[in-house]
Amino acid sequence: MPFFELYNYWIFILLMMIGLYTIIASPNLVKKIIGLSVFQTAIFLFFISLSKVAEGTVPVTVPPAEVYSNPLPHALVLTAIVVSVSTMAVALAILMNIKQAYGTVEEDEVDQAEAH
Amino acid sequence: MTIIEFLLLDVILLCLLIVTSVTIFVLHNLLAATMVLSLYSLVMSLVWLNLDAADVALTEAAVGAGIATVLLIGALVVVGAEERKHPLIHWPALVLIALTTAALVYGTFDLPPFGAASAPAQAHVAPEYISQSVPKLHSGDYGSAKNAEDQPTSDNFHGHVPNLVTSVIVNYCAYDTLFEVAVIFAAGVSLVLLLGRRVAGNGGEP
Amino acid sequence: MRDQVILRVVSKITAPFILVFGFYVIAHGELGPGGGFQGGVVLASAFILYGLVFGLAELDAIVPRRVTDGLAGAGVLLYVVVGLVGIVSGYRFLDYTPLRVTGSESAESWGMTLVEYGVGITVASVMITVYREVSQAGAAEK
Repeated sequence: MPFFELYNYWIFILLMMIGLYTIIASPNLVKKIIGLSVFQTAIFLFFISLSKVAEGTVPVTVPPAEVYSNPLPHALVLTAIVVSVSTMAVALAILMNIKQAYGTVEEDEVDQAEAH
Repeated sequence: MTIIEFLLLDVILLCLLIVTSVTIFVLHNLLAATMVLSLYSLVMSLVWLNLDAADVALTEAAVGAGIATVLLIGALVVVGAEERKHPLIHWPALVLIALTTAALVYGTFDLPPFGAASAPAQAHVAPEYISQSVPKLHSGDYGSAKNAEDQPTSDNFHGHVPNLVTSVIVNYCAYDTLFEVAVIFAAGVSLVLLLGRRVAGNGGEP
Repeated sequence: MRDQVILRVVSKITAPFILVFGFYVIAHGELGPGGGFQGGVVLASAFILYGLVFGLAELDAIVPRRVTDGLAGAGVLLYVVVGLVGIVSGYRFLDYTPLRVTGSESAESWGMTLVEYGVGITVASVMITVYREVSQAGAAEK
Protein backbone atom coordinates (compact mmCIF):
# COMPACT_ATOMS: atom_id res chain seq x y z
CA MET A 1 0.00 0.00 0.00
CA PRO A 2 1.33 3.47 -0.70
CA PHE A 3 1.78 4.41 2.97
CA PHE A 4 4.59 1.97 3.64
CA GLU A 5 6.34 2.83 0.43
CA LEU A 6 6.02 6.59 0.64
CA TYR A 7 5.67 7.55 4.31
CA ASN A 8 9.21 8.87 4.47
CA TYR A 9 8.50 11.30 1.68
CA TRP A 10 5.22 12.48 3.21
CA ILE A 11 6.84 13.16 6.55
CA PHE A 12 9.63 15.03 4.75
CA ILE A 13 6.97 17.19 3.03
CA LEU A 14 5.31 17.89 6.39
CA LEU A 15 8.61 18.91 8.01
CA MET A 16 9.56 21.08 5.08
CA MET A 17 6.19 22.83 5.15
CA ILE A 18 6.43 23.43 8.90
CA GLY A 19 9.83 25.03 8.33
CA LEU A 20 8.46 27.12 5.46
CA TYR A 21 5.52 28.23 7.60
CA THR A 22 7.95 29.29 10.33
CA ILE A 23 9.84 31.37 7.81
CA ILE A 24 6.74 33.09 6.44
CA ALA A 25 4.64 33.52 9.55
CA SER A 26 7.20 34.77 12.10
CA PRO A 27 7.93 38.47 12.14
CA ASN A 28 11.15 37.97 14.09
CA LEU A 29 14.17 37.63 11.80
CA VAL A 30 16.04 35.19 14.07
CA LYS A 31 13.03 32.88 14.10
CA LYS A 32 13.05 33.01 10.30
CA ILE A 33 16.64 31.82 10.28
CA ILE A 34 15.81 29.01 12.70
CA GLY A 35 12.94 28.03 10.40
CA LEU A 36 15.33 28.08 7.46
CA SER A 37 17.54 25.60 9.29
CA VAL A 38 14.53 23.31 9.91
CA PHE A 39 13.59 23.59 6.21
CA GLN A 40 17.09 22.76 4.96
CA THR A 41 17.51 19.79 7.28
CA ALA A 42 14.20 18.36 6.07
CA ILE A 43 15.43 18.56 2.48
CA PHE A 44 18.55 16.63 3.46
CA LEU A 45 16.22 13.97 4.90
CA PHE A 46 14.67 13.66 1.45
CA PHE A 47 18.03 13.09 -0.21
CA ILE A 48 19.09 10.51 2.34
CA SER A 49 15.83 8.59 2.06
CA LEU A 50 16.29 8.53 -1.71
CA SER A 51 19.63 6.88 -1.23
CA LYS A 52 18.54 4.06 1.07
CA VAL A 53 18.63 0.57 -0.40
CA ALA A 54 16.47 -1.93 1.46
CA GLU A 55 18.99 -4.70 2.23
CA GLY A 56 22.00 -2.43 2.16
CA THR A 57 24.37 -1.26 4.87
CA VAL A 58 26.44 1.85 5.49
CA PRO A 59 28.52 2.62 2.37
CA VAL A 60 31.79 1.64 4.05
CA THR A 61 33.09 -1.51 2.41
CA VAL A 62 33.54 -4.07 5.17
CA PRO A 63 34.07 -7.54 3.66
CA PRO A 64 31.05 -9.64 4.68
CA ALA A 65 28.56 -7.08 3.34
CA GLU A 66 27.57 -7.16 -0.30
CA VAL A 67 24.89 -4.54 -0.87
CA TYR A 68 25.56 -0.93 0.07
CA SER A 69 23.41 2.14 0.25
CA ASN A 70 24.06 4.70 -2.43
CA PRO A 71 26.98 6.97 -1.42
CA LEU A 72 26.36 9.76 -3.92
CA PRO A 73 23.50 11.58 -2.16
CA HIS A 74 25.49 11.30 1.06
CA ALA A 75 28.31 13.27 -0.52
CA LEU A 76 25.82 15.87 -1.73
CA VAL A 77 24.20 16.26 1.69
CA LEU A 78 27.57 16.52 3.44
CA THR A 79 28.45 19.50 1.30
CA ALA A 80 25.04 21.02 1.82
CA ILE A 81 25.18 20.74 5.63
CA VAL A 82 28.42 22.63 5.91
CA VAL A 83 27.30 25.26 3.41
CA SER A 84 24.05 25.71 5.34
CA VAL A 85 25.87 26.43 8.57
CA SER A 86 28.12 28.90 6.74
CA THR A 87 25.12 30.78 5.36
CA MET A 88 23.50 30.74 8.78
CA ALA A 89 26.66 32.31 10.25
CA VAL A 90 26.66 35.10 7.66
CA ALA A 91 22.92 35.67 8.10
CA LEU A 92 23.32 35.99 11.87
CA ALA A 93 26.18 38.45 11.40
CA ILE A 94 23.95 40.58 9.17
CA LEU A 95 21.19 40.37 11.79
CA MET A 96 23.56 41.56 14.49
CA ASN A 97 24.37 44.58 12.34
CA ILE A 98 20.65 45.21 11.73
CA LYS A 99 20.05 45.17 15.45
CA GLN A 100 22.80 47.65 15.98
CA ALA A 101 21.58 49.94 13.21
CA TYR A 102 17.82 49.89 13.87
CA GLY A 103 17.55 48.66 17.44
CA THR A 104 15.11 45.87 16.59
CA VAL A 105 14.93 42.59 14.68
CA GLU A 106 11.19 42.45 14.12
CA GLU A 107 10.59 42.60 10.40
CA ASP A 108 7.87 45.27 10.32
CA GLU A 109 9.70 47.55 12.74
CA VAL A 110 12.84 47.30 10.60
CA ASP A 111 10.74 48.22 7.54
CA GLN A 112 9.33 51.26 9.32
CA ALA A 113 12.72 52.38 10.58
CA GLU A 114 14.18 52.00 7.13
CA ALA A 115 11.38 54.00 5.49
CA HIS A 116 12.39 57.08 7.43
CA MET B 1 17.78 -5.33 11.96
CA THR B 2 14.51 -6.61 10.66
CA ILE B 3 12.17 -4.52 8.62
CA ILE B 4 9.69 -4.11 11.47
CA GLU B 5 12.35 -2.87 13.88
CA PHE B 6 13.62 -0.45 11.25
CA LEU B 7 10.13 0.87 10.52
CA LEU B 8 9.30 1.29 14.20
CA LEU B 9 12.47 3.24 14.92
CA ASP B 10 12.07 5.33 11.82
CA VAL B 11 8.42 6.23 12.45
CA ILE B 12 9.01 7.03 16.14
CA LEU B 13 11.96 9.30 15.34
CA LEU B 14 10.11 11.03 12.52
CA CYS B 15 7.10 11.71 14.75
CA LEU B 16 9.51 13.18 17.31
CA LEU B 17 10.85 15.42 14.55
CA ILE B 18 7.37 16.67 13.67
CA VAL B 19 6.60 17.49 17.31
CA THR B 20 9.97 19.25 17.67
CA SER B 21 9.55 21.39 14.58
CA VAL B 22 6.04 22.50 15.62
CA THR B 23 7.44 23.39 19.05
CA ILE B 24 10.12 25.53 17.42
CA PHE B 25 7.44 27.56 15.73
CA VAL B 26 5.27 27.94 18.80
CA LEU B 27 7.98 28.97 21.29
CA HIS B 28 8.35 32.69 21.79
CA ASN B 29 11.57 32.58 23.78
CA LEU B 30 14.32 32.34 21.18
CA LEU B 31 16.78 30.72 23.56
CA ALA B 32 14.32 27.88 24.12
CA ALA B 33 13.74 27.67 20.35
CA THR B 34 17.51 27.35 19.84
CA MET B 35 17.68 24.47 22.29
CA VAL B 36 14.81 22.71 20.55
CA LEU B 37 16.53 23.29 17.20
CA SER B 38 19.61 21.59 18.59
CA LEU B 39 17.40 18.67 19.67
CA TYR B 40 15.86 18.60 16.18
CA SER B 41 19.32 18.36 14.60
CA LEU B 42 20.32 15.56 16.94
CA VAL B 43 17.17 13.50 16.29
CA MET B 44 17.59 14.11 12.56
CA SER B 45 21.12 12.75 12.79
CA LEU B 46 19.71 9.63 14.49
CA VAL B 47 17.19 9.25 11.65
CA TRP B 48 20.01 9.43 9.15
CA LEU B 49 22.02 6.86 11.08
CA ASN B 50 19.01 4.58 10.89
CA LEU B 51 18.93 5.17 7.12
CA ASP B 52 22.58 3.98 6.81
CA ALA B 53 24.09 7.44 6.39
CA ALA B 54 26.87 7.33 8.98
CA ASP B 55 29.09 10.10 7.60
CA VAL B 56 26.18 12.48 7.22
CA ALA B 57 24.88 11.71 10.71
CA LEU B 58 28.31 12.48 12.18
CA THR B 59 28.46 15.77 10.31
CA GLU B 60 24.96 16.83 11.32
CA ALA B 61 25.62 15.96 14.97
CA ALA B 62 28.86 17.95 14.98
CA VAL B 63 27.75 20.88 12.85
CA GLY B 64 24.01 21.15 13.37
CA ALA B 65 23.78 20.26 17.02
CA GLY B 66 27.13 21.78 17.91
CA ILE B 67 28.28 24.76 15.93
CA ALA B 68 24.88 26.09 14.91
CA THR B 69 23.70 26.13 18.52
CA VAL B 70 26.79 28.01 19.74
CA LEU B 71 26.41 30.46 16.86
CA LEU B 72 22.73 31.11 17.53
CA ILE B 73 23.23 31.61 21.27
CA GLY B 74 26.09 34.00 20.56
CA ALA B 75 23.86 35.95 18.20
CA LEU B 76 21.01 36.01 20.73
CA VAL B 77 23.24 37.83 23.20
CA VAL B 78 23.33 40.78 20.82
CA VAL B 79 19.91 40.48 19.25
CA GLY B 80 17.72 39.78 22.26
CA ALA B 81 16.08 36.52 23.20
CA GLU B 82 12.38 37.33 23.29
CA GLU B 83 10.18 37.33 20.26
CA ARG B 84 7.23 39.69 20.07
CA LYS B 85 3.96 37.80 20.46
CA HIS B 86 2.25 37.21 17.15
CA PRO B 87 -0.87 35.29 16.15
CA LEU B 88 -0.02 31.67 15.52
CA ILE B 89 -2.19 31.27 12.43
CA HIS B 90 -1.20 33.28 9.39
CA TRP B 91 -3.88 32.67 6.79
CA PRO B 92 -2.09 33.49 3.53
CA ALA B 93 0.84 31.34 4.61
CA LEU B 94 -1.51 28.46 5.49
CA VAL B 95 -3.19 28.61 2.09
CA LEU B 96 0.19 28.62 0.35
CA ILE B 97 1.42 25.73 2.49
CA ALA B 98 -1.73 23.70 1.80
CA LEU B 99 -1.44 24.17 -1.95
CA THR B 100 2.27 23.32 -1.98
CA THR B 101 1.71 20.25 0.19
CA ALA B 102 -1.01 19.01 -2.12
CA ALA B 103 1.19 19.48 -5.15
CA LEU B 104 4.16 17.75 -3.53
CA VAL B 105 2.12 14.79 -2.27
CA TYR B 106 0.69 14.41 -5.75
CA GLY B 107 4.28 14.37 -6.98
CA THR B 108 5.40 11.68 -4.55
CA PHE B 109 3.16 9.12 -6.20
CA ASP B 110 5.65 9.08 -9.05
CA LEU B 111 8.62 8.39 -6.79
CA PRO B 112 10.09 4.89 -6.55
CA PRO B 113 9.14 2.96 -3.41
CA PHE B 114 11.31 3.74 -0.40
CA GLY B 115 14.35 1.45 -0.38
CA ALA B 116 13.89 -0.04 -3.82
CA ALA B 117 17.15 -1.23 -5.32
CA SER B 118 15.86 -0.58 -8.82
CA ALA B 119 15.27 3.14 -8.31
CA PRO B 120 16.83 5.48 -10.89
CA ALA B 121 19.02 7.07 -8.20
CA GLN B 122 20.67 3.70 -7.61
CA ALA B 123 20.99 2.75 -11.24
CA HIS B 124 23.50 4.82 -13.15
CA VAL B 125 26.72 6.08 -11.60
CA ALA B 126 26.56 4.60 -8.12
CA PRO B 127 26.92 0.87 -9.00
CA GLU B 128 30.00 1.76 -11.05
CA TYR B 129 31.67 3.49 -8.09
CA ILE B 130 30.70 0.73 -5.70
CA SER B 131 31.95 -2.04 -8.01
CA GLN B 132 35.24 -0.24 -8.48
CA SER B 133 35.84 -0.14 -4.76
CA VAL B 134 34.47 -3.41 -3.55
CA PRO B 135 36.29 -6.15 -5.51
CA LYS B 136 39.74 -4.72 -4.83
CA LEU B 137 39.09 -4.92 -1.11
CA HIS B 138 37.39 -8.29 -1.21
CA SER B 139 40.44 -9.80 -2.93
CA GLY B 140 41.85 -10.39 0.49
CA ASP B 141 44.49 -7.78 1.04
CA TYR B 142 42.61 -5.56 3.48
CA GLY B 143 40.36 -6.23 6.38
CA SER B 144 39.96 -9.96 6.05
CA ALA B 145 43.21 -10.92 7.75
CA LYS B 146 42.64 -12.43 11.16
CA ASN B 147 45.98 -12.07 12.92
CA ALA B 148 48.25 -9.08 13.33
CA GLU B 149 51.00 -10.84 11.31
CA ASP B 150 48.70 -11.24 8.32
CA GLN B 151 47.74 -7.58 8.13
CA PRO B 152 49.18 -5.82 5.10
CA THR B 153 52.27 -3.87 6.07
CA SER B 154 51.94 -1.23 3.40
CA ASP B 155 49.47 1.55 3.92
CA ASN B 156 48.28 2.04 0.36
CA PHE B 157 44.76 1.09 -0.59
CA HIS B 158 45.51 0.32 -4.23
CA GLY B 159 43.70 3.49 -5.05
CA HIS B 160 40.39 2.65 -3.44
CA VAL B 161 39.47 3.35 0.12
CA PRO B 162 36.88 1.59 2.26
CA ASN B 163 34.77 4.66 2.93
CA LEU B 164 32.85 5.13 -0.31
CA VAL B 165 31.47 8.53 0.70
CA THR B 166 34.96 9.93 1.32
CA SER B 167 36.19 8.48 -1.94
CA VAL B 168 33.32 10.17 -3.76
CA ILE B 169 33.91 13.51 -2.02
CA VAL B 170 37.69 13.66 -2.19
CA ASN B 171 38.48 11.61 -5.27
CA TYR B 172 35.65 11.31 -7.77
CA CYS B 173 34.13 14.74 -7.02
CA ALA B 174 37.18 16.54 -5.66
CA TYR B 175 36.43 19.62 -7.75
CA ASP B 176 33.12 20.16 -5.91
CA THR B 177 34.80 19.84 -2.55
CA LEU B 178 37.38 22.45 -3.52
CA PHE B 179 34.70 25.05 -4.03
CA GLU B 180 32.84 23.95 -0.94
CA VAL B 181 35.98 24.68 1.08
CA ALA B 182 36.21 28.01 -0.73
CA VAL B 183 32.62 28.77 0.36
CA ILE B 184 33.50 28.02 3.98
CA PHE B 185 36.54 30.26 3.70
CA ALA B 186 34.39 33.02 2.17
CA ALA B 187 31.95 32.69 5.06
CA GLY B 188 34.81 33.16 7.52
CA VAL B 189 36.04 36.22 5.64
CA SER B 190 32.54 37.75 5.51
CA LEU B 191 32.11 37.23 9.25
CA VAL B 192 35.29 39.19 9.88
CA LEU B 193 34.20 41.93 7.47
CA LEU B 194 30.64 42.16 8.79
CA LEU B 195 31.34 42.09 12.49
CA GLY B 196 34.61 43.91 12.29
CA ARG B 197 37.35 43.78 14.81
CA ARG B 198 35.60 45.81 17.44
CA VAL B 199 37.43 46.71 20.62
CA ALA B 200 35.33 45.70 23.61
CA GLY B 201 33.59 48.57 25.32
CA ASN B 202 33.94 50.92 22.40
CA GLY B 203 30.30 50.77 21.33
CA GLY B 204 30.98 49.25 17.94
CA GLU B 205 33.78 51.31 16.52
CA PRO B 206 36.69 49.25 15.16
CA MET C 1 32.69 31.12 33.91
CA ARG C 2 36.16 30.66 35.20
CA ASP C 3 35.11 30.64 38.81
CA GLN C 4 33.25 27.38 38.31
CA VAL C 5 35.77 24.81 39.45
CA ILE C 6 34.21 21.83 37.69
CA LEU C 7 34.03 23.56 34.31
CA ARG C 8 37.58 24.80 34.59
CA VAL C 9 39.11 21.48 35.58
CA VAL C 10 37.08 19.31 33.21
CA SER C 11 37.64 21.55 30.19
CA LYS C 12 41.37 21.57 30.78
CA ILE C 13 41.42 17.79 31.16
CA THR C 14 39.24 16.95 28.16
CA ALA C 15 40.62 19.48 25.66
CA PRO C 16 43.61 17.33 24.62
CA PHE C 17 41.40 14.29 24.15
CA ILE C 18 39.01 16.28 21.96
CA LEU C 19 41.96 17.47 19.86
CA VAL C 20 43.30 13.94 19.45
CA PHE C 21 39.83 12.71 18.52
CA GLY C 22 39.55 15.48 15.95
CA PHE C 23 42.81 14.48 14.30
CA TYR C 24 41.72 10.84 14.46
CA VAL C 25 38.46 11.62 12.63
CA ILE C 26 40.34 13.53 9.91
CA ALA C 27 43.06 10.92 9.49
CA HIS C 28 40.73 7.90 9.50
CA GLY C 29 38.14 9.49 7.26
CA GLU C 30 39.05 7.02 4.56
CA LEU C 31 38.62 3.92 6.69
CA GLY C 32 35.32 4.64 8.35
CA PRO C 33 32.83 7.47 8.78
CA GLY C 34 34.65 10.72 9.17
CA GLY C 35 36.71 13.01 7.03
CA GLY C 36 37.84 16.59 6.81
CA PHE C 37 34.62 18.39 7.67
CA GLN C 38 33.70 16.35 10.72
CA GLY C 39 37.25 16.34 12.08
CA GLY C 40 37.65 20.06 11.52
CA VAL C 41 34.50 20.82 13.48
CA VAL C 42 35.62 18.58 16.36
CA LEU C 43 39.02 20.31 16.42
CA ALA C 44 37.35 23.70 16.55
CA SER C 45 35.04 22.59 19.33
CA ALA C 46 38.01 21.99 21.63
CA PHE C 47 39.08 25.60 21.22
CA ILE C 48 35.52 26.87 21.47
CA LEU C 49 35.12 25.00 24.77
CA TYR C 50 38.27 26.65 26.04
CA GLY C 51 37.03 30.05 24.90
CA LEU C 52 33.63 29.56 26.52
CA VAL C 53 35.05 28.62 29.90
CA PHE C 54 38.09 30.89 30.16
CA GLY C 55 37.05 33.90 28.11
CA LEU C 56 38.05 35.47 24.83
CA ALA C 57 41.30 36.98 26.14
CA GLU C 58 42.64 33.53 27.02
CA LEU C 59 41.53 32.17 23.65
CA ASP C 60 43.35 35.04 21.94
CA ALA C 61 46.44 34.20 23.95
CA ILE C 62 46.61 30.59 22.77
CA VAL C 63 45.23 31.03 19.23
CA PRO C 64 45.96 34.57 18.03
CA ARG C 65 43.90 36.03 15.20
CA ARG C 66 46.82 35.87 12.79
CA VAL C 67 46.99 32.11 13.27
CA THR C 68 43.33 31.42 12.49
CA ASP C 69 43.31 33.85 9.58
CA GLY C 70 46.47 32.33 8.14
CA LEU C 71 45.39 28.72 8.62
CA ALA C 72 42.00 29.31 7.02
CA GLY C 73 43.70 30.46 3.84
CA ALA C 74 46.43 27.83 4.11
CA GLY C 75 43.91 24.99 3.97
CA VAL C 76 42.33 26.17 0.73
CA LEU C 77 45.81 26.89 -0.63
CA LEU C 78 46.94 23.33 0.16
CA TYR C 79 43.95 21.95 -1.72
CA VAL C 80 44.60 24.14 -4.75
CA VAL C 81 48.33 23.33 -4.74
CA VAL C 82 47.55 19.60 -4.74
CA GLY C 83 45.36 20.26 -7.76
CA LEU C 84 47.99 22.34 -9.52
CA VAL C 85 50.63 19.65 -9.01
CA GLY C 86 48.55 17.64 -11.46
CA ILE C 87 48.67 20.38 -14.08
CA VAL C 88 52.36 21.11 -13.58
CA SER C 89 53.23 17.43 -14.10
CA GLY C 90 51.32 17.16 -17.33
CA TYR C 91 48.05 15.64 -16.11
CA ARG C 92 44.69 17.26 -15.37
CA PHE C 93 43.71 19.53 -12.49
CA LEU C 94 43.28 17.53 -9.25
CA ASP C 95 44.68 14.40 -10.87
CA TYR C 96 46.48 12.56 -8.10
CA THR C 97 48.75 10.41 -10.31
CA PRO C 98 51.97 12.48 -9.97
CA LEU C 99 51.82 12.12 -6.16
CA ARG C 100 53.43 8.67 -6.18
CA VAL C 101 55.82 9.50 -3.37
CA THR C 102 55.98 6.21 -1.43
CA GLY C 103 55.45 3.34 -3.83
CA SER C 104 53.78 3.12 -7.17
CA GLU C 105 50.21 2.74 -5.91
CA SER C 106 50.12 5.36 -3.19
CA ALA C 107 49.15 8.28 -5.40
CA GLU C 108 45.46 8.31 -4.53
CA SER C 109 46.20 7.77 -0.88
CA TRP C 110 48.58 10.74 -0.70
CA GLY C 111 46.28 12.97 -2.67
CA MET C 112 43.23 12.21 -0.55
CA THR C 113 45.12 12.56 2.73
CA LEU C 114 46.59 15.95 1.84
CA VAL C 115 43.27 17.25 0.61
CA GLU C 116 41.46 16.03 3.74
CA TYR C 117 43.95 17.80 5.96
CA GLY C 118 43.50 20.97 3.93
CA VAL C 119 39.75 20.78 4.38
CA GLY C 120 40.08 20.02 8.10
CA ILE C 121 42.42 22.93 8.75
CA THR C 122 40.20 25.41 6.93
CA VAL C 123 37.00 24.23 8.59
CA ALA C 124 38.56 24.33 12.07
CA SER C 125 39.99 27.82 11.57
CA VAL C 126 36.77 29.22 10.17
CA MET C 127 34.68 27.77 12.99
CA ILE C 128 37.02 29.31 15.57
CA THR C 129 36.89 32.63 13.71
CA VAL C 130 33.09 32.54 13.58
CA TYR C 131 32.83 31.84 17.30
CA ARG C 132 35.37 34.53 18.10
CA GLU C 133 33.66 37.24 16.04
CA VAL C 134 30.17 36.46 17.33
CA SER C 135 31.38 36.31 20.91
CA GLN C 136 33.31 39.54 20.57
CA ALA C 137 30.29 41.34 19.17
CA GLY C 138 28.36 40.07 22.17
CA ALA C 139 31.02 41.27 24.58
CA ALA C 140 31.12 44.70 22.95
CA GLU C 141 27.38 44.98 23.43
CA LYS C 142 27.64 45.01 27.23
